[in-house]
Amino acid sequence: MKKATALITAGALGVTFSGILMAADDYITLASTTSTENSGLFDTIIPTFTEETGIEVRVVAVGTGQAFEIGRRGDADSLLVHDTAGEEKFVAEGYATERLNVMYNDFVIVGPSDDPAGISDSENVIDAMQRIAESESPFASRGDDSGTNRAELRLWEDAGVTPQGEWYRELGSGMGPTLNTAAGMDAYTFTDRATWVAFDNPQDLTLLFEGDEALFNQYGSLLLSAERHPHLKHDLAAQWHEWLVSDKGQQAIADFEVDGQQLFFPNAE
Amino acid sequence: MLTSDNAFSTALTLILSMDSALIDIVMLSLQVSLMAVMIASLIALPLGAALALWRFPGRNVVIVALNALMGLPPVVAGLCVYLLLSRAGPLGEWGLLFTPTAMVIAQVILVLPIIAALTRQQVEALHGEYAEQLNSLGLTRLRMIPTLLWDARFGLLTVILAGFGRASAEVGAVMIVGGNIDGVTRVMTTSIVLETSKGNLPMALGLGIILLALVTMINAIAHMIGETAKRRLG
Repeated sequence: MKKATALITAGALGVTFSGILMAADDYITLASTTSTENSGLFDTIIPTFTEETGIEVRVVAVGTGQAFEIGRRGDADSLLVHDTAGEEKFVAEGYATERLNVMYNDFVIVGPSDDPAGISDSENVIDAMQRIAESESPFASRGDDSGTNRAELRLWEDAGVTPQGEWYRELGSGMGPTLNTAAGMDAYTFTDRATWVAFDNPQDLTLLFEGDEALFNQYGSLLLSAERHPHLKHDLAAQWHEWLVSDKGQQAIADFEVDGQQLFFPNAE
Repeated sequence: MLTSDNAFSTALTLILSMDSALIDIVMLSLQVSLMAVMIASLIALPLGAALALWRFPGRNVVIVALNALMGLPPVVAGLCVYLLLSRAGPLGEWGLLFTPTAMVIAQVILVLPIIAALTRQQVEALHGEYAEQLNSLGLTRLRMIPTLLWDARFGLLTVILAGFGRASAEVGAVMIVGGNIDGVTRVMTTSIVLETSKGNLPMALGLGIILLALVTMINAIAHMIGETAKRRLG
């Protein structure tokens, strides 16, 4: 009797379970960044794409460094990331056949509202970062090889600062956790605007520096190589890649707003 | 601003609204963890019992290894399964990465040592008590396994629940091998991580409260079944 019950339970579980597995076959796996996922961009643009093409897009949101690794191993059909230099290297290595500009937004520096390093009236971002380093004000870095982390490290280099010491705290975390931590320890941090605007737990953090051209944050779509990974869904992925830069895709990106603020600006050529 | 008030009210609102996305997430969490516990139990219960009954060289090494694996960090289990199932890995052909199946596999690895190690301990104690009787009945060790497992069933229920607790609470493994894909591999724990990273702390804690309530409910049901059965069988 008990065995029968157990068998029935097992059967029922098995049926519901295989139900999940057999859902829609027309899907691609997209490795992308936490900024695009956390801000809610995908919730807006993917349904539009799915409606037009019948293709479902499953997003794995990770740091850009990890997204490249997922792409190299052949575990995603498409990549949408933000590290132009890294993307070009990815193409040069033969993992992708094409890289296209899709959209941009910008990075900003946020920090405690009393601004101990006085960066809010800095002339440019280099100046702002030098002021943080000179005053040794706590700075929370992603430290996770993400696109944002790579951009931040390039700026330290341009500023002639070697970021180390007790004030410089590498967290090894995503943007959201880093903002949570920065808020908790009243530290400055470098973030993309989309994640910042959509972030709900700023506490005493406030936007202190923005608007330098060097803070430009370009997102690119990569068409993966069919030669490297023949098993991937290249046809479906190509439709996604082309849709992103099409008029419709670009319009869908421009239409996405959080609190009435546009967070991503389409700039496909 | 987070207060315990708005976490509870968020949890209540979520439950009362019967939000379909939430229901999907809850169902997937239960399916993945229950499936993992079931598969792990099918292997680990006989394995633990066999380990209690047989003496062989290296037995102590196996016991220590199982005990140690009870503390296997979920993120390490996840990483191993990721490397195994990744397209570049040995089982990449199966295309299982970022599916619920991958999450089940990772959780089986986490739960199996717990159930096997604790079963071994319970069955060994029971065998010590009944060894003479069992021997006088002329049972082989192979035949003793089902008998002892059946006799230890109430204790083993707690063992299986410990395994379920581990499975439903972990986030490190399912995050890596599932990818936290909306509507496909997003479960309660990965949702909590996501909401925390968005700074939406009331929602994160609200989901935590729901998860805790669910686990409590399942434990209560198991407890009731156990008590009823005990009373009936004397």
